[in-house]
Amino acid sequence: MQPNATIAPSTLSVKDLPWQILWHKDKCTLCGRCTAVCPVNAIELGVFRKRRIKVSLEPQGNPSSGFDIFHGIRQKTDPAYACVGCATCSLVCPNDAILPMRSDEADKLRFHINRGGQPRSRGGRRNVPGGILDQIKFIRISMLTDPALDAGRHEFEMRTLLGRILPPEQNLKFFNENGWIPPVREIYPLIIGGMSFGALSPNMWEGLQMGVAYLNEELGMPVRMCTGEGGCPPRLLRSPFLKYVILQIASGYFGWDEIIHAIPEMVEDPCAIEIKYGQGAKPGDGGLLMWHKVNKLIAAIRGVPPGISLPSPPTHQTQYSIEESVAKMIQSMYMAWGFRVPVYPKISASSTAMAVLNNLTRNPYAAGLAIDGEDGGTGAAYNVSMDHMGHPIATNIRDGYLNLVKVGMQNEIPIFAGGGVGKNGNLAANAATLIMLGASGVQTGKYIMQAAAGCLGSETDRCNICNIGRCPRGITSQDPRLYRRLDVEKVAERVVDLYLAFDMELKKILAPLGRSTALPIGMSDALGISDYYAAQRLSIKYVV
Amino acid sequence: MCRLFAMTSETPVSPMIALEAMDVMREGHDGSGVGLFLRDLGGPFEEIKNAPILSGIFSEKGLRRLDTFMMDIGFMTKYKITIKVPKIPPPGVPKRDTYLIRAYEYPEEWDDYSQSDRYEKLLEIRLQLRAMGEEKRDMIVFSFWPDVIMLKEIGDPLQVANYLKLDRNELHARVIMAQGRQNTNYAINLYACHPFFIQGYASMTNGECTAFTPIREFLLSRNYPGYTGYQSDSEIFTHILHYTQTRLGLDISAYKHIITPLQDAAIADHANAGLLKQLKQSCRRLIIDGPNCVIGCLPDHSLFMVQDRKKLRPGVVGGRPGRYAFSSEVCGLDYAVPDRDKSQDFQPMHLDTVIVGPQRQEVSICNQMQPLPPLH
Repeated sequence: MQPNATIAPSTLSVKDLPWQILWHKDKCTLCGRCTAVCPVNAIELGVFRKRRIKVSLEPQGNPSSGFDIFHGIRQKTDPAYACVGCATCSLVCPNDAILPMRSDEADKLRFHINRGGQPRSRGGRRNVPGGILDQIKFIRISMLTDPALDAGRHEFEMRTLLGRILPPEQNLKFFNENGWIPPVREIYPLIIGGMSFGALSPNMWEGLQMGVAYLNEELGMPVRMCTGEGGCPPRLLRSPFLKYVILQIASGYFGWDEIIHAIPEMVEDPCAIEIKYGQGAKPGDGGLLMWHKVNKLIAAIRGVPPGISLPSPPTHQTQYSIEESVAKMIQSMYMAWGFRVPVYPKISASSTAMAVLNNLTRNPYAAGLAIDGEDGGTGAAYNVSMDHMGHPIATNIRDGYLNLVKVGMQNEIPIFAGGGVGKNGNLAANAATLIMLGASGVQTGKYIMQAAAGCLGSETDRCNICNIGRCPRGITSQDPRLYRRLDVEKVAERVVDLYLAFDMELKKILAPLGRSTALPIGMSDALGISDYYAAQRLSIKYVV
Repeated sequence: MCRLFAMTSETPVSPMIALEAMDVMREGHDGSGVGLFLRDLGGPFEEIKNAPILSGIFSEKGLRRLDTFMMDIGFMTKYKITIKVPKIPPPGVPKRDTYLIRAYEYPEEWDDYSQSDRYEKLLEIRLQLRAMGEEKRDMIVFSFWPDVIMLKEIGDPLQVANYLKLDRNELHARVIMAQGRQNTNYAINLYACHPFFIQGYASMTNGECTAFTPIREFLLSRNYPGYTGYQSDSEIFTHILHYTQTRLGLDISAYKHIITPLQDAAIADHANAGLLKQLKQSCRRLIIDGPNCVIGCLPDHSLFMVQDRKKLRPGVVGGRPGRYAFSSEVCGLDYAVPDRDKSQDFQPMHLDTVIVGPQRQEVSICNQMQPLPPLH
């Protein structure tokens, strides 16, 4: 820009962007891979004119000057093309000549990322690192009063129940009288949370399904995966592997025409039906699949025309109250599968969650409640919803559990916790914490993407472009040029790796607490935190 | 650690046998307290099997309040044991005013009550007295039940027994359960001392229950007034026993399926697979997770022993027809029933429930893999 040129309000310099591209002229081979691979076209080939001054060493010699041209990388400063820090350029550079570096101060881009009056939308999680789950530690270690167990030697039964469990008296009565006992699934307590076919690429989805199938069939771990709202591929609906799948229905009902029509041809019942009323990442907002990602395949599965954005409404349009929702939807879903499949709602964590839970206690069909906290991930949402809306998961789970204890139904309605489980990499510790606070199991999606497919997204706003279908890893893209980067078999292998590692870590937590024959749901005496008010609020021990 | 000893005998025996057996095992306990449960009583109580007996510790003031309270609800004293103790208690034993063992005559209006009504009322009165005592700190009530005496005190078991002169004919009983050591994980409190008792069911436990907190929450939320206390984690075993028998109508052979259910694969192959799966699911919050050895007594005077799933605690059963003993260690058994066939001694493992029935003729062993008796 010329010094006397006009500056538009949104004219930014490289310094104003959150990420600056460092490029080494002497290392660069000008191969062009970085510019080709950049998902947001933040860099382009630059032709630089450089003045060269020659100064004579002779006392009378006159200096002269000329101009050279050299080629290199130029970082765009247009807000629409700002670097997202994914560093795929570094990944492909043969000479390590390029690297995005985070700015040393808060960026100015944030004030200009709403051009055209469109607020920023993105994928990922709330851009706030840390969280209370990592502050909670396990303090009730079995010492001399009871021997600690051996994670490698003792038998462990780390299973949880998904389904409505009757009170023991009623259960025995119905058993003896051949009454209807609600279906209950015995599953592994770590569920792969709802990430839709559409939000995820076909390779990612297939890899996850293969990993889950392997864990079940070969390793005997009853791992389950939720489809998210986007239907289910027709071949999977008709395969025996459907029993490892939790089908999700949400306010857009995408894919359910296909599912309902497949019911007569199903050889196995699905594990369960999850009715999504809310999502922790964007509470009170519906699902969103932006047009970039709606290709022919996705459109066919979802039963919509290709190339249009698919926003799900914030609420189920036919339902105006929780009572109605329970009566209409939970029961009709039960009916669709002959009362053989558990049906449960998923809500975003909220100060109103207790009202939902209390209502479910009064309905004999509700098979559980999944609560998704503010740290949950999403494929697409408005930035404001992600960063500022929502309720932490810890207090919601604890309040819900203690509420059930008060009415004596803590074993009857399992609560599943989601939202930020493993946010800082501590998947097993976070899961165990939530279980001891009262959750029957946990759901996680983001961690799975990170560990099984190398998702680069972070809570310090790196990448987070799942919404535009340009995922540099091919995880959340529908472009075959991108998703073919992801090897299906390798994803499956990583899913198995992460589950086996989780299993061992969970044992390493439970064994010293002296627990092995049952999941320590609500074992709050094992938890401690050095924050007095948090300890009071969660009814756990305050330790310093 | 603590040590347990229980005995069932055709002829009434002195509780001293149990306490001496406990003393033989003294290396295994810290001598910090003793609890005693006597049932199927001999001596003077033989004649008044149906009269409820109140056992507890009272201050002078508490005793006066007790008398007024019992008079008001129409209970008349039928028989009492007076325990006169030396002026200075042995080291570590607190000074108490009165160790009370008193049998009552039911009020006349109770004549029309059904058995179950009576049992509920007796429980209610015990809880009322306990609450009164806790309020003014002048009474501690252990049991109020026909044909049952309980005694608990802090201190070395044998010293306490000598101090209270327990070797008296009036305290001879056919079923005796004794436990050495206070529960020291929580505050020293006589209500934390084993054995625990509720409506005819008693049990004592070796080891700490790691799943105590969720189990306590589950029992408290059953809305049954008797499920209270929990000064010790071991009280839950008694209440789970009571719950499974009275509320679920299950037999003692099912108790272990509640507290330490089989793994899923074993359930699938079991003759009662359907029932066991339902029990495991609906009673999931009652899974104890050990390490515990539980010795208990049922209303029909059967004694039983079960181990946790990992079998991390000691426990042995042996004896001869007419007299059997359950002991933490073989040396305790040797002391109490020396004239037995030692080759028949049995140490229950992770699947076993050992029962000596009211006839005291044999040790029956019930393995979790066996079919259950039909539900009643």
